[in-house]
Amino acid sequence: MCTNIMEQTPVAGAGKGEHGWFKVKTAIVSYDHPVQLTDEHALNIDFLSDAITERVAVELDATSARALVAAINEALRQAEEANAIV
Amino acid sequence: MPYRTDQTEGILAETVMIAGHNGDQIRAFYARPTAPGRVPGVVLIHHAPGWSDWYKEATLRFARRGYAAICANLYERLGHGTVEDVLVMMRAAGGVPDAQVVGDTLGAARYLKAQSNASGKLGVIGSCSGGRHTYLTACQSNEFAAAVDLWGGGVVMKPEDLNDKRPVAPIDMTANLSCPLLGIFGNEDRSPAPDQVDQHEAALKQHGKDYEFHRYDGAGHGFFYYDRPPYRQEQAMDGWGKVWTFFEKHLA
Repeated sequence: MCTNIMEQTPVAGAGKGEHGWFKVKTAIVSYDHPVQLTDEHALNIDFLSDAITERVAVELDATSARALVAAINEALRQAEEANAIV
Repeated sequence: MPYRTDQTEGILAETVMIAGHNGDQIRAFYARPTAPGRVPGVVLIHHAPGWSDWYKEATLRFARRGYAAICANLYERLGHGTVEDVLVMMRAAGGVPDAQVVGDTLGAARYLKAQSNASGKLGVIGSCSGGRHTYLTACQSNEFAAAVDLWGGGVVMKPEDLNDKRPVAPIDMTANLSCPLLGIFGNEDRSPAPDQVDQHEAALKQHGKDYEFHRYDGAGHGFFYYDRPPYRQEQAMDGWGKVWTFFEKHLA
């Protein structure tokens, strides 16, 4: 956490964790030391329910994180074009 | 002192409850030699990933070297789970306040000083965010006879990075540094980057502080962590040697 870069946002959705599906209520986004990835720093996303034990974690290198953001935005753009977002 | 093969060794280590910041009861990992006689103490301040195996093992390492050593769980108030789970709790909380960490560290120091075999001499050491907190603590109390900052990031801070939890840049407290300082850094680190280490060193010189900095080529952030890719064997062994010599000099 020498970077001290931490963001979070409320989200509504579902995630599949160790104990099956659960309601996702918060996303924690940080850029700091990863737990598993071998890079010094990583873009880490933790999708949480109310309990910390219900969690889906992803650690990405910065290039991958940017590619993911672009892919999400592109998918949402196509969905808007198709009037699929209500 | 270095181990001799004709030496009978013994350490005791366990989780204890201590009074931390504001008197809050927090857990700490406490290890000490069993040999009779008074011993100096060392408080370890864990890094951002948490109260990890590396820190527990480093605490044991100090005990084997003849120090009463203690490492408090700075994330105690956030809840409990695996070290990974608690790391996410810390991120969700936006970090822990500097004042609370300093208070918990001073609580650990009081615990060591209260032991019947305490020599009264205390050192403090931490890495990464714990290096920064080591510096903060040594600038805000007179409890310690020596402090070791291992690649502490965020000693130099931009005004826009200050907030309620981190209200003052540690470098701005340099005039109040109360004990000799050993700093160990990797020249490939980006936090602290070499130019930030330069600024830190300039502040120490400006205020006439007793310090020694050692900077290693071929090493980045966290090069003592033998369980992570940044580990650099040659630099880490040399760095540990500097730590032992420094504490032997100031805590004897």
